[in-house]
Amino acid sequence: MNAPSDLRQFLDAQEKKSLLRFLTCGSVDDGKSTLIGRLLYDSKLLFEDHLSALEKDSRKFGTTGGDIDFALLVDGLEAEREQGITIDVAYRFFATEKRKFIVADTPGHEQYTRNMATGASNSDLAVILIDARKGVLVQTRRHAYIASLLGLRHVVLAVNKIDLVGYSQDTFDGIVRDFAAFAERLGFASIVPVPISARYGDNVIARSEKTAWYKGPSLLAHLETVDVDTDLVAKPFRFPVQWVNRPNLDFRGFSGTLVGGRIRQGDSIAVAKSGRTSKVKRIVTMDGDLSEAAAGAAVTLVLADEVDISRGDVLSAPEGRPEVSEQFAAHLLWMAEDELLPGRQYLMKIGAASVPVQITTLKHKIDVNTLGEHAAKTLHLNEVGYGNFSTSQPIAFDAYRDNRDTGGFILIDRFTNATVGAGMIDFSLRRATNVHWQALDVDKRSRAEQKGQKPAVLWFTGLSGSGKSTIANLVERALFAEGRHTYLLDGDNVRHGLNRDLGFTDADRVENIRRVGEAAKLFVDAGLIVLVSFISPFRSERRMARELVGEGEFIEVYVDTPLEICMQRDPKGLYKKAQAGEIKNFTGIDSPYEAPEHAELTVDTTTADPADLAAGIVVYLREKGYIA
Amino acid sequence: MREVAAEFANPVMLYSIGKDSSVMLHLAMKAFYPAKPPFPLLHVDTTWKFREMIQFRDETVKRLGLKLLVHVNEEGVKKGINPFDSGSALHTQVMKTEALKQALDKYGFDAAFGGARRDEEKSRAKERIFSFRTSTHTWDPKNQRPELWRVYNTRINKGESIRVFPLSNWTELDIWQYILAEKIPIVPLYFAKKRPVIERDGTLIMRDDDRMKLVPGEVTDERLVRFRTLGCYPLTGAIESDADTLEGIVTEMFTARTSERQGRLIDSDEKSSMEKKKKEGYF
Repeated sequence: MNAPSDLRQFLDAQEKKSLLRFLTCGSVDDGKSTLIGRLLYDSKLLFEDHLSALEKDSRKFGTTGGDIDFALLVDGLEAEREQGITIDVAYRFFATEKRKFIVADTPGHEQYTRNMATGASNSDLAVILIDARKGVLVQTRRHAYIASLLGLRHVVLAVNKIDLVGYSQDTFDGIVRDFAAFAERLGFASIVPVPISARYGDNVIARSEKTAWYKGPSLLAHLETVDVDTDLVAKPFRFPVQWVNRPNLDFRGFSGTLVGGRIRQGDSIAVAKSGRTSKVKRIVTMDGDLSEAAAGAAVTLVLADEVDISRGDVLSAPEGRPEVSEQFAAHLLWMAEDELLPGRQYLMKIGAASVPVQITTLKHKIDVNTLGEHAAKTLHLNEVGYGNFSTSQPIAFDAYRDNRDTGGFILIDRFTNATVGAGMIDFSLRRATNVHWQALDVDKRSRAEQKGQKPAVLWFTGLSGSGKSTIANLVERALFAEGRHTYLLDGDNVRHGLNRDLGFTDADRVENIRRVGEAAKLFVDAGLIVLVSFISPFRSERRMARELVGEGEFIEVYVDTPLEICMQRDPKGLYKKAQAGEIKNFTGIDSPYEAPEHAELTVDTTTADPADLAAGIVVYLREKGYIA
Repeated sequence: MREVAAEFANPVMLYSIGKDSSVMLHLAMKAFYPAKPPFPLLHVDTTWKFREMIQFRDETVKRLGLKLLVHVNEEGVKKGINPFDSGSALHTQVMKTEALKQALDKYGFDAAFGGARRDEEKSRAKERIFSFRTSTHTWDPKNQRPELWRVYNTRINKGESIRVFPLSNWTELDIWQYILAEKIPIVPLYFAKKRPVIERDGTLIMRDDDRMKLVPGEVTDERLVRFRTLGCYPLTGAIESDADTLEGIVTEMFTARTSERQGRLIDSDEKSSMEKKKKEGYF
């Protein structure tokens, strides 16, 4: 390996190697980490210093009595070592003469479903481990379901610890039959069962003579040759625009990575959302212009016409466009400790686009162990559901089964910024392009002008007993006396009518606010100054209400009265009941209140009289030009 | 990289002058071409880097026409922190980890690119590509965001930041092959040359200036050596090698039996030392 010609051959061989990304799933004791350690070890990928560390660690932490414990190679974080389980997704790299591999090593417990889904989202094949002594378990079914949910079409069933069942063919065949019967409805393109012993290496790298009855390939031989059919180039052309490249006035290009198909110089393209079309003038890279680029390539496209395109737009061929809609059905895996609240607004990120989204209908949740469908009002951590989604503006997408990059999305909590869900779009519910907003001749402005005021929502939020309704009532009286056109929506009153079907669970509180927000929006459209007096404990929903109306049309008034004072006042005797346990989910007692961070107005009822506070609010409206 | 440039207000690229940084910088040049990368480079200088590294750094920045910020922990310098008397752990903590935090705070960067790879070390195998840090720069391995497909959650609150590792899925061999294929310039220290070295505790240290005091009995030898990884010169071991071309290095890589971080004296300090450093804010 010294002559340059050897090197050339070596490098050529390296370049031709394909990459297989696969996922391993199995439970704590199925020997998953041992298997990966074995693959790394036997494919001679371990360096000497890693090996000597391994030998040292095996003596210290090992569970194999002196022998090398391969699992220690892959269990990275301290906490895991101490507990002896893998708790996150770890990525490992190895290569053989035929292929390069990236392994996503994920934990198997039900509470780590999200980790497995994360690993699966970037894999093309799943290796599902089964302990030969235990056979197909509930968790095996779960692993198979999640793999299929995330769109994996190829499965290797690694029946491990075959040494512990005396290399029995009957046991192996029984497991394979059980699995095949279950997996039938998951629609895998291939299921390849292999009997292995990760600890002793049987059928891992090479076929073992101890299982002479097994005629298939070794695990590694199969991984080296399996055709996972992930040819993105054969799919329709898709180019999500990541960045508008504008170094100077003479150059305007659109940078991104092709996630499907190919594009040539001179090809026609369409901007999915606007429907505008143009032609590709140049395909720019630092190494010079290309005449053609295929899926996976990161390029900058220059178009023949000045077309309005921004980050988040998707370019396609005019004859093969993605769906454009603001309503679609999708599977959703919930990944947060806090439960899903249907009706709450989350942020959806798909490709390079981010839009507010709500789950309008949660049709059912899916028991990941049995595939049974159950009615559900919410989703908890690691639960999978199916429902309808509605975005605040149309987005371009494909079904997840057609393209993972344009059909998979994440949901982000708008306040914690945590990634709370992962979704896979099933189909568009309707073509939004066919449903146009009905344009009316008499509009908000003309109605407002007739009344001589600027319409707005005055949104009073605060604890029960804080004085919201008292102040709102005084403000409305003052405005009415001036001849202004107003309407007051009061929490308790609305719950007697419009919202009488709603209770006080978090989900119902969200829906309560959503309806009131929509009602307030209609009144603003009618040209009124709307006063809303609602506890409205969650920031997310207040923000949703704010975003329903136009810029400057939402005035949040925080009635800042400390809980102790509200409890002393207790005008309706509700705190006493809540403390006695007679009322559940009472804000401030056993349900949280999230104070506003940027309220337009904050009023302190402990130092001022309600009438003065109300007068102050009217002054504010005058100064800001809502009333003359 | 374009995700970061598009979604963050004030990103920066951590530039350590090593081969991984060279590759990362090259990718940035490509990602934004014909525009320049819309962020500056930041070098945290411990004052103990090889002189050739500093020279290479300044040439590179000039050649590419980029903006470079250099940050030194002046407090550490005043206190006389150095790798010999303070020990490698304290030196790294003060001059690298602390210095990095100072620099990020000083300029208010909300996203920082780093050249770390998942194949380097066990705890890095679980690192996200977008790694979330609290406002005190700490990394909580249990509170990282799941990363599905190629969709990255880039939302942060004020004061929080994200470290981004575009080379996460590259291996050491990938790096060298790419340098070879793209003809990316790297620091000459990676190539074998006769250099003055001292053998100390089984590691070959290049004496880059006379701040390094000799222990009685030690002699400086001229040996044909090169470096597989570059850091502070007193903390970076050389290997004896005659690979003086890129081809030679890749050939040597292919037959290598020790991992590159072996030359880094900080890793063997204690078990899981990298994980500890990361929690404290090390890259």
